[in-house]
Amino acid sequence: MLTEQQQQQYIKPSRARTKTALTGRMDEGTELSLTIAHIVQRLKGSHLHSQIERQAKECLHQPEIKLESLREDVRSFLKTSGWERKLQNAVYRELHIQLPPSHPTAPPEHLKEPLAYMRKAQASWEKRVFKSLNSMSTELGVPLARMRPAVEQKELANKWNEMGTDEPDLSRFRPVYAPKDFLEVLISLRNPNHDGSEDVSARSHWGLIQVPLNVRDIPQLRQAYSELNLTTGQLGIDDHAHIHPDLFESEYVQIGKKVVVEQDSAAAQQYSRQGCSTGLRADLWALILNSTNQPQDVMHYEQLKAGVIQHDLLVDNLIYKDVKLTASNDDYYFVFEDFLYQVLLCFSRDTAVLEHFKYNSATPPKSYIQGKVGDEECAVVYPPNGVIPFHGFSMYVAPLCFLYNEPSKLYSVFREMYTRYFFRLHSISSSPSGIVSLCLQFERLLQTHLPQLFYHLRQIGAQPLRIAFKWMVRAFSGYLSTDQLLLLWDRILGYDSLEVVAVLAAAVFAFRAENLMEVTSLASAEAVLADLSTLKVMPLIQIFLFATAI
Amino acid sequence: MSGSSDDVVPVNCTIKPPVYLQIGDSKTETAHSGVCVVDVSLPFGKPVNVEEITFKNYYTAYVTVRLLRRSPGQEAPAKWSTALRDLPLMDNPHTEGGSQDYYSIHRTQMQVEADHVVSIRLILRQPSSAWLTFSLEDVKIFPHMEPDPEKEVSDWLSDLTLVDHHPDLEGLPDPQTVSSSIQQMWALTEVMQTNQTTASIGRFDVDGCYDINLLSLT
Repeated sequence: MLTEQQQQQYIKPSRARTKTALTGRMDEGTELSLTIAHIVQRLKGSHLHSQIERQAKECLHQPEIKLESLREDVRSFLKTSGWERKLQNAVYRELHIQLPPSHPTAPPEHLKEPLAYMRKAQASWEKRVFKSLNSMSTELGVPLARMRPAVEQKELANKWNEMGTDEPDLSRFRPVYAPKDFLEVLISLRNPNHDGSEDVSARSHWGLIQVPLNVRDIPQLRQAYSELNLTTGQLGIDDHAHIHPDLFESEYVQIGKKVVVEQDSAAAQQYSRQGCSTGLRADLWALILNSTNQPQDVMHYEQLKAGVIQHDLLVDNLIYKDVKLTASNDDYYFVFEDFLYQVLLCFSRDTAVLEHFKYNSATPPKSYIQGKVGDEECAVVYPPNGVIPFHGFSMYVAPLCFLYNEPSKLYSVFREMYTRYFFRLHSISSSPSGIVSLCLQFERLLQTHLPQLFYHLRQIGAQPLRIAFKWMVRAFSGYLSTDQLLLLWDRILGYDSLEVVAVLAAAVFAFRAENLMEVTSLASAEAVLADLSTLKVMPLIQIFLFATAI
Repeated sequence: MSGSSDDVVPVNCTIKPPVYLQIGDSKTETAHSGVCVVDVSLPFGKPVNVEEITFKNYYTAYVTVRLLRRSPGQEAPAKWSTALRDLPLMDNPHTEGGSQDYYSIHRTQMQVEADHVVSIRLILRQPSSAWLTFSLEDVKIFPHMEPDPEKEVSDWLSDLTLVDHHPDLEGLPDPQTVSSSIQQMWALTEVMQTNQTTASIGRFDVDGCYDINLLSLT
């Protein structure tokens, strides 16, 4: 344990350089060293580490490696053979999921979520969900988990690739919760220290979310999303059939090919901001997420599959039901039903997902085997990955099926997307990409730039968030046509943020504003916005961000 | 989890109740105050050389630190001086960012030497009317200690790059101690990390058994 004086020993010299820095947090030099140390520890002992070591040893046989310049020669070998790039990508991936540097005395729960009232709200929401799962288990007489008998295991192994043909009786099962239940919880979120007593004023917020989080407005978004501006080429706009490909598309695709050849994560992420072409998207996304499909990944997937075959979980039925209710009913995704089972059932068994709870405000549910409550040796997490699926969960996976047809690769990409982005859409936190911030941002954008529309909808009892929430919780999956959805998700990856989802939601309202001004009830407002399958997302986002008068 | 260890304990100080300042007649005034003064008095007769002030924020936007110092020996009266003016704790006083974060103010950030300090005054400002109250919690004052010459170096981090440092750091530790301090700072981040589950090898069952009846609700 580092003593206070030893800490200060370290802080003192770097702070001597930055005497004028008026911040209570550590300065850049300290932060950088900590980050480096942290990442070194994370990567040490990883498979990549041992691979690079082996490569370095093997290259010693090569004639161009000279003893007198051993270090430089090995380094340049690793560079030319692409291993340095792989290491860079791994480091880049670690930077994405690293916790921001924080104060030494900050407890772990503060790192998950700094605001006490949000932690409390998340905890009580979780308790509700767990209770609901428990009562479902008791009512139906189905245990949360059980070992499958050998006969059943064999049967399942045989029909692994066609689980969709099964028609189990799922009528007794119901989803643990639906997005609208979660919305009610978000609406009731209150900061006990927030003064809400003020009467209607210029600062009044007309929307449903009543927590004062900092969200960006159009001028700030214009700066942050500058690659989406009117004068920059975009896939989703400038690859339209009417526009000659030589004007933008051909060259852009060539650049994309180079990025894939270079195997550079950071470049791929930057590239994705202007969209990925269909042919390159699978490789580019895998690069951005640093999702490899090496033997050890395939092995890991097989291990998960074995876990599915061995044990039967109650949440499996929830997954079955969800897929049957949502993806199987969708014109675009029903063909992927089997894939969805293969991915989601394995996802539930993956304990590697538990890592993301360090930075997720949620906490995985706990249980004890064989009823030995309180015996910590018998404590387990349920489900093994700590994530209880809700109605619509399978829609996070479905669009990815268009990109990857190998289950272990599809799985690997989905898991990374979930642990980087999607988990924020169904947990209560103050993160700028969290669902609470997205809802608030959507409402603020609408109130600021389409006040007449917002006011009208509010008057007729059609609060805009009640309509837009279901889009945002699923990151629009299942509401947009697939090619448009993938263009949207390109930008989520490119900007490493879900903000663009809130912007699109506001842009959709702006687009249909004229029709919405005519409606006189919530039902008719819903009808106007029921079908988004013909929308082109990039023009909508671009116009909303860059052509709105301020 | 506390960052302080057995070696350096915070000074035993008395934190007076915060005084919220009002304009005009304070008796009938119901408007929220935007300025609050917290006096922290150090043990009588024992002036402290302050190394660091740590606290947890509760909706304070800016903090100003004033020090009452008395030079030793002479009969000079104690004098107030401003060590730090309007340090921003919240990016935007109207929104949540930084509102419940943990902070440290180190002596090198202060504009005067924080030596022979008798009393500390923290002036808190919260200009936004969005909040019902604001304060600082858990204020701790850490005294300056002489550097410890003994250092243990973790061997498996011995090839970490050194932090670049300014050549003319007089009176401050040499590069070797700085580099070993980096390693210990690293150890601190490790402890800061949440404990991972025991199932890091991928097994979710306990000896092959995963029969569960109910989730634990505690």
